[in-house]
Order: sequence, then structure tokens, then C-alpha cells
Amino acid sequence: MRILVPAAVLGLSLLSVAGLSAPVAIALPDDPTEFVDVPGGPAAEAINNNCRACHSASMVLTQPRLTRSEWTAEVVKMRHVYKAPVDPADDAAIIDWLMAMSEGRGPAPAG
Amino acid sequence: MLSRRHLLAAVAALPGARALAQDTVDLGLPGGPSKRRLTDDFPGKRGMILQRNTPALLETPLTAFNDGIITPNDRFFVRWHWPFPTEIDPARFRLRVDGHVARPLDLTLAALKRLPPVEITAINQCSGNSRGLFAPRIAGAQWAHGAMGNARWTGVRLRDVLDRAGVRAGAVQVRFSGLDAPVMDDAPDFQKSLAVDHARDGEVMIAWAMNGEPLPILNGFPLRLVVPGWFSTYWVKMLDRIEVLDKPDDNYWMAKAYLVPDTPDGGIPPGTKDFPKRPISTMVPRAFITSIAEGARLPVAPTPVGGIAMGGDSGVARVEVSGDGGTTWAAAKLGPDAGKYSFRRFDAVIAPARGPTTLMARCTNSAGTVQPMTGIWNPGGYLRGQVETTNVTFV
Ligand code: HEC
Repeated sequence: MRILVPAAVLGLSLLSVAGLSAPVAIALPDDPTEFVDVPGGPAAEAINNNCRACHSASMVLTQPRLTRSEWTAEVVKMRHVYKAPVDPADDAAIIDWLMAMSEGRGPAPAG
Repeated sequence: MLSRRHLLAAVAALPGARALAQDTVDLGLPGGPSKRRLTDDFPGKRGMILQRNTPALLETPLTAFNDGIITPNDRFFVRWHWPFPTEIDPARFRLRVDGHVARPLDLTLAALKRLPPVEITAINQCSGNSRGLFAPRIAGAQWAHGAMGNARWTGVRLRDVLDRAGVRAGAVQVRFSGLDAPVMDDAPDFQKSLAVDHARDGEVMIAWAMNGEPLPILNGFPLRLVVPGWFSTYWVKMLDRIEVLDKPDDNYWMAKAYLVPDTPDGGIPPGTKDFPKRPISTMVPRAFITSIAEGARLPVAPTPVGGIAMGGDSGVARVEVSGDGGTTWAAAKLGPDAGKYSFRRFDAVIAPARGPTTLMARCTNSAGTVQPMTGIWNPGGYLRGQVETTNVTFV
């Protein structure tokens, strides 16, 4: 770590005045991605209703193939840790969809 | 990790497996899904690997690290747990310092900047960087190697701020939190803590500039903690609260998340149940070949192999390169030293034989720790540090 010399401080404070005088705002891109029905398999309605409030669908769609117990643990974690208002009556439909979606993604996990 | 290497070689052998379309990359994650979109859609960012739109998770492509040891702000990775404000008025912003202190503070940015400014070049790396490459795979953000970046951070010492508030006897930890907030009120706010002595070591700092510019909102404007040598989880963004604690922090993000097995290397056999854990802390040495892409076909001729290395919590002492899958190694030339917490460039030239081979780079840090050839595993997908591979064919 180095202590800044006065010239550097001057440069940075000019920068800071320029950079910090006005409110700073950005516009983030939308993410319309929805979960879709698995062809010939479970419908996406339950997962669309329960799993898109806090994060994009890609949080789920980028996951590797997981076992039923791992997917179940994820749904339980969302409800217990992150307080996702997931109706336990929807768990089976959500987990069936997750299993069907992630099947065929390479070798079955070891666990 | 022989099986993984074979798998990657198989992926690379598929024609077109690497560059599917102009705006798509294949991260080579074993078993997939491995394709990601490259995006320019986030303000102030370009050419980023889109892992998740909301909250933003953006990864830096490995090729960007070939351009220099400093990661430009517009290529620097982005990682949030909860939604965060997209508009901030610096004139109204306050940093609150309270808890077990003599004089609670509400600091304006102007007041903070009256403290002596300091600067450090340091690597910010996500605890789960490279998680997508673990075998067996692990749920979580499916990063390849690009959840890391190296920047020149400007700000003030955390110690100077704590001294103004006057840490009282009996303080044990200092807790940090930012303007990001859970979607549900009763869910755990993102908070991280450091031991008081670490917080006061004179190295941990509160940064307001990154590579000479104000922090981008996506990287934590207006202030973020910089914890040199430690994983990014502690580098709290949009820092607006510092709380001195007189007992150990038991909040979710310290007590339940970001834990690693309490073993010397942080690894444990897959499937192990009930083992002691500790909060993740310091980084480990790593090296990445950035001048040659996975799956490349190159002419049989002396071939430059270059990239970046990090020492973890100490400097880079040595980098060796192998052009034959780790059978023989040659010392690489190291680039300028920007401090022990910075990336360091390495360059070597190998004389390859015809046919497929695996390129490797291996870092030894100044504490003498050498990257192992085989990797560890843990249920968080943290602390990856083995020698990485680049499979190529010389024709
Ligand atoms: C109340 C908010 C909320 C809801 C609703 C929610 N999640 Fe999450 N989820 C989170 C948070 C927070 C994370 C961690 C994000 C991070 O680390 O960036 C997460 C992460 C994940 C992950 C990555 C692995 C992990 O454990 O970190 C998966 C998979 C996931 N969620 C699946 C789901 C599914 C399936 C549902 C619907 C049943 C769901 N989520 C609904 C908040 C939520």
C-alpha cells in the first residue's frame, strides 16, 4: 500500500468532485426469460409462479444436473433461508419440473 | 483430475464447440449447461459473460486478462446476492459507524475524503470462482475462471475510520453491510465481519475509486471495502454501515454461508457429512494461461505461452510452464511487480511436439506454497487452486 503524494491527491479529488457532485444512476436491462414447459413433461406454471421474484430464471437454468434430493434441498433453502413464499403444495410440481429440465445434462451426479 | 481433462479435450474436439455464435461462449463446464451469452447490455460494461441478469452476475472472459494485469472497469466482474439501488445521491450518502465505539459517526463522502488517502493494487476474486469446473458439480453461481479482477483501489484506511469512532475495549469483530437489501423483509441482509485486529491492520481499506475512476454502481458505488489477499465475499459493496461487535457475528452470511471445511487445504471428500467448518478467508496461489484458448490448433514451432498469476495472500515468487501435460516444466519470465496482492504477468516459450497436448502454468507464492496438481473438493465449490489445463493440438 502506498500513501498518495499531494499531486495524486489533487488529481483524485478533482476526479471525486466531478464524479460525486450529482446523483449517479444506471438503468439495468430487463430479463423477460420465463421457465417453459418440458416437452412431454411437467408444466412450468408452478416454477414460474414461485421462483422468479428474487432472481432471473438463469439462476436455475445454469445449474448442473442435480439429484432429486439436491433440488429438494434448494427449494427448502429458498423457503427457509431466503423466505421465498413458496406454497409447500407446489413443491412436488416444482421439483418434478427441475428434475425433467436437468435430465440429459451429462452424467448423473455422484451424490 | 484426469477425467476432467479428458472431458474438456472431448468438448474441445467437437467442431465449433468453443465459438457457437458471435455472442455466445462455451465455458467448458463438465456435463453442462455450458453456453452463455456475451452481453454489452449493462451500463459501463462490455463483452461480459452473462451468468444471471437479476441480481447481476457478470463474468470476465479469460481473454480479457491477456491485455494487462489491471482489469479495466468495463470488464470487471459483477456479483450481487440481493437487489441494490440503481440511483445514488452522493451528497446525501452517509457511512454510519457505530456499535461498540466511543463516538458513533455518520460520515459524508467529503468527510471521509479528508482522511489520508491510500492506494493499493489488489485482486478481488469471488470465493466460488471456477465453481462450474468442480467434479462432482455443485449448485451455486456456475462460474468459469472469470469471477476475478485486479484493480488499483484508492480510498482510506479502515483503521483511520475506526480510530475516529474509537473502538472500545472488548470489541471482537467489525461488521460491514451495504445498500443491497433482501427481497423479503425477514430474509438475511448481506453482512460480513472481520476480526478487530484484521480490520485495524492498516491494509484493509474503504475504497471510493477503482483504476482512477469512481466505482461503477455495479461494483459498489460509492464505497466498498477492500480486503487485500482475502476473497471477495468480504469486500462489501455500497458500504454504508460499519458496526463494531463485542461478540462474534452469528449472522447467516458469516455463520452458515461461505464456510469451508476446517482442513488444511479446505477440501473434503465428496459426500462427507458433519465436518468442522470455518469461514472462508485468504486466497491461494493460481495461474491462468490467457494467450492461448482451450482447443486451439497451433503450428509446430516455438510457441509463446503467457498469462497471469496470483500469490493469494502473498506475492508471486515463481511461475513454471509445461507444454507436455506436466511432465517437464520451465521457468517463465515474470512481468513487473505491482505489489504482492496484484496479478503478475508471466511469459514463456515452449517447443512443442506434434499432436494433442496439455499446457499448464504453476505458481509458487512467496510463502513457498505451490499450486497442487490435483484439486480439492468442498460442498460450497470454494477455494479452487489446482494447476489449470489448456488442451491444444500442434499440427
Ligand atoms: C425470496 C427470494 C427467492 C426466491 C423466491 C427464490 N430464490 Fe433462489 N435464491 C435466492 C437467493 C438470495 C439466492 C442466492 C443468490 C446468490 O448467491 O447470488 C438464490 C439462489 C438459488 C440457486 C443457486 C444455488 C444456491 O443455493 O445459491 C438456485 C438453484 C435457486 N435459487 C433456485 C430457486 C428455485 C427453484 C426457486 C423457487 C422454488 C427460487 N430459487 C426462489 C432467493 C430466492
